[in-house]
Amino acid sequence: MSELSQALSVAGQLVATFDPQMMAVVRLSVLVSGSAVLLAALIGLPLGALLALAGFPGRDALVVLLNAFMGLPPVVVGLALYLLLSRAGPLGEAGLLFTPTAMVIAQTLLVLPIVAALSRQVVADLWEEYGEQLRSLGVSRLGRVATLLWDGRFSLLTAILAGFGRAAAEVGAVMIVGGNIRGVTRTMTTTIALETSKGDLPLALGLGLILIALVTMVNAAVFLIGQWARRRMG
Amino acid sequence: MNLMPETILPLDLHGISYAVEGRTLLEEIHLRLEAGSRTVVLGPNGAGKSLLLRLCHGLLPPSTGSLRWGGGGALPAEAVLRRQAMVFQRPVLLRRSALANVTYVLALAGVPWKRRGALALEALERFGLASLAKRPARVLSGGEQQRLALARAWVAAPEILFLDEPTASLDPAATLAVEMAIHDFHRAGTKIVMTTHDLGQARRLADEVLFLSRGRLVEAAPAATFFKNPASPQARAFLAGELVC
Repeated sequence: MSELSQALSVAGQLVATFDPQMMAVVRLSVLVSGSAVLLAALIGLPLGALLALAGFPGRDALVVLLNAFMGLPPVVVGLALYLLLSRAGPLGEAGLLFTPTAMVIAQTLLVLPIVAALSRQVVADLWEEYGEQLRSLGVSRLGRVATLLWDGRFSLLTAILAGFGRAAAEVGAVMIVGGNIRGVTRTMTTTIALETSKGDLPLALGLGLILIALVTMVNAAVFLIGQWARRRMG
Repeated sequence: MNLMPETILPLDLHGISYAVEGRTLLEEIHLRLEAGSRTVVLGPNGAGKSLLLRLCHGLLPPSTGSLRWGGGGALPAEAVLRRQAMVFQRPVLLRRSALANVTYVLALAGVPWKRRGALALEALERFGLASLAKRPARVLSGGEQQRLALARAWVAAPEILFLDEPTASLDPAATLAVEMAIHDFHRAGTKIVMTTHDLGQARRLADEVLFLSRGRLVEAAPAATFFKNPASPQARAFLAGELVC
């Protein structure tokens, strides 16, 4: 018990003093997960909308696959990407393994199915309501995608947030393709895993607290935006 | 704002039927909708009034029969759609301001960006919505929303306007505003085709009545004739306020 309380108090100190070593780790985590979510949103939002609106053979199979991929095990994604990026792999020439770029790619792959599948659902629901009106107005296919994505913006924000939660919390993929190199590819989650096994509980605990606080703050912000939007936009 | 010199009217329906899963909902409709007049579609619930409007507007394809615009000439589908508008019982407004809902339609019509704001505001003013221009469309009252839907149709400058029970869920004041708007469209030369279950409204607005019963067009007559001397027993019963199915 005393070990835990001691660890907690040291962790509190680390957080309160913005310990530089710890902040570097936090910065990299936010940067990697943020970039991954941004990329996944850029690809996933239009992809989801297209899946909701376009009819083509094999679409249903693709939707099922996408939904299944929402639960992709991060370690498997990490392993697959590792094989692709390693020296002997097909993309080895790029020299991306053990860089933050590789970590961004890995998390993008993890987040993309979530963003795409959830936005497909949001857009499909909106189409139920808007379809007749938009067809009556003679809106083109591309125009429908743009209109529905914009009108679903607050629900889609939640989808993107779900993606951020997934990215920020996963260990497996970034650990494998990033290599957990001190000062280069060490994120909050990989540091927590490492420091815990080394026995340096205060740092692990401090980072854990920050991680939870961060995810909670982002969720709270989205919740408040959603509430405001419902009140204001109807 | 017409892009093509010729008109898309009249609209001819040749033996239009519509069936879903073996159930025939509209049967063998032959009909010509001429420019200028206000046509009101009457009939009991489930007679196929809304369906007829959707088929005419092109939202649904007929199961059999054909639909010809411009008296038989083949007009490009896009051009025909651009010259029609439809106002639904419950308008679907976009989650943006009232003004933006109107500029959206102007953008679709290819109006240059700089002119959209002024044109949209003018349309909002016409329908008494100028003071609500910046308000989110979705939080407007039912009557205001329907007027906004009419303003949105107005800027599209349609040759033919379909209205599906446009006042079904509105109070009398809002209903009056919608009827005045329909007058405006009529005066501007727009062909009006509307459904209603409000017989008083039909008497006020109709030049011509189409009476549907069980998916069949039972009667098509000038309004005065229809209300005075309905030819079919179904229409007589309907006008007498009996339950008709």
